[in-house]
Amino acid sequence: MKKLTLAAVVIAGLLLAATTLDFPKWGDPQTPASMHVSARFIEKSLEEMATPNIVTAVLGNYRAFDTMLETIVVFTAGLACFFILRTRVTRESLDPAPSIKIPLDLAGEDLVVKTVARTFIPMIQLFGLYVLAHGHYSPGGGFQGGVIFAAAYILLAVSHDMRTALQHMSERATHLLSAAGVLLFAGIGVICMTNGVNFLDYGGLAGILGMPLATGHSFAILLIETGVGLTVTAALIMIFKLLSSHGAVQEGF
Amino acid sequence: MHSLGEVFASHFNYIAYVAIMMVGLYAMAAKSNLIKKLIGLGIFQTSIMLLYVSIGAKKGATIPILAKGATTISPADYINPLPHVLMLTAIVVSVATLGVALALVQKIHKHFNSIEEDEILKELRR
Repeated sequence: MKKLTLAAVVIAGLLLAATTLDFPKWGDPQTPASMHVSARFIEKSLEEMATPNIVTAVLGNYRAFDTMLETIVVFTAGLACFFILRTRVTRESLDPAPSIKIPLDLAGEDLVVKTVARTFIPMIQLFGLYVLAHGHYSPGGGFQGGVIFAAAYILLAVSHDMRTALQHMSERATHLLSAAGVLLFAGIGVICMTNGVNFLDYGGLAGILGMPLATGHSFAILLIETGVGLTVTAALIMIFKLLSSHGAVQEGF
Repeated sequence: MHSLGEVFASHFNYIAYVAIMMVGLYAMAAKSNLIKKLIGLGIFQTSIMLLYVSIGAKKGATIPILAKGATTISPADYINPLPHVLMLTAIVVSVATLGVALALVQKIHKHFNSIEEDEILKELRR
């Protein structure tokens, strides 16, 4: 059976490798992928939305619908994990059972690990904020900043325990934050609509705030990136909490 | 007609993506451990990301962030930003779907006390 699978995989790979001969050469500036819409993105993005990072401009404005629905995918994944794994907390499981030392709790009472983690977590969070806010000018944005923020929280949970982590951010807070991110993103779109333009056409927001068009676009991208960052942070934290505690979030590792 | 070596050099990114994809596909199809299948899925997704990002490359061009004070913006100077945007979102979505997949595996493990496919199937047929 394994040999059959291997043969099928090799045949599929050889077929794909044969078709790649028709593909453009690596690094060719004249490829079809680089000829049509991407040239316009490169030429016009600075003028239209005052954002030097073209990736952010495309992500936040030209392909805003795509980004919004990706954010909803992340939100839905967090919810799906919740519905699959979350177990109802019974009275016996709430009772503290301190005698059982769970083997996964590697951190234990190690002072060095805890202190180093406590020192680094604020810096990681600061870096996450920088990546989020500086996405217009350097590589970064909502997705990356959100992931860094979630990593800081996960470091706290791993170095201490779930109880400490829950004191800093409850399960309810992660649910609300992940929904708030999607709401912020879609809300910007609706606010734009109130000015008589299309959904997610940031020109509407610029008109309401009385900004120049390009500045308004740039500001709206920052707002939606914040929404994306909130959702990604909260959804990843939610997934982590549920997975690491087998669905009983209060119980810790 | 180009020699085989020339074709290999100019299409190296596609060869690499096909090779990585085959590893992932084999792991997904042949391994019976569900976690190993998920690792295969991750390898597969990575190969697709490599394909997309490599399509955006241009020789002699820089990252798609406009230089400060640039007066003339020529598309030949910056690599194609579109594949980067697509893969940026794809990476985050792949993390989220991996989370859901792990949740399902955990549920399966709770139910069948195993994550080996053949043992689960045996349990199901009983």
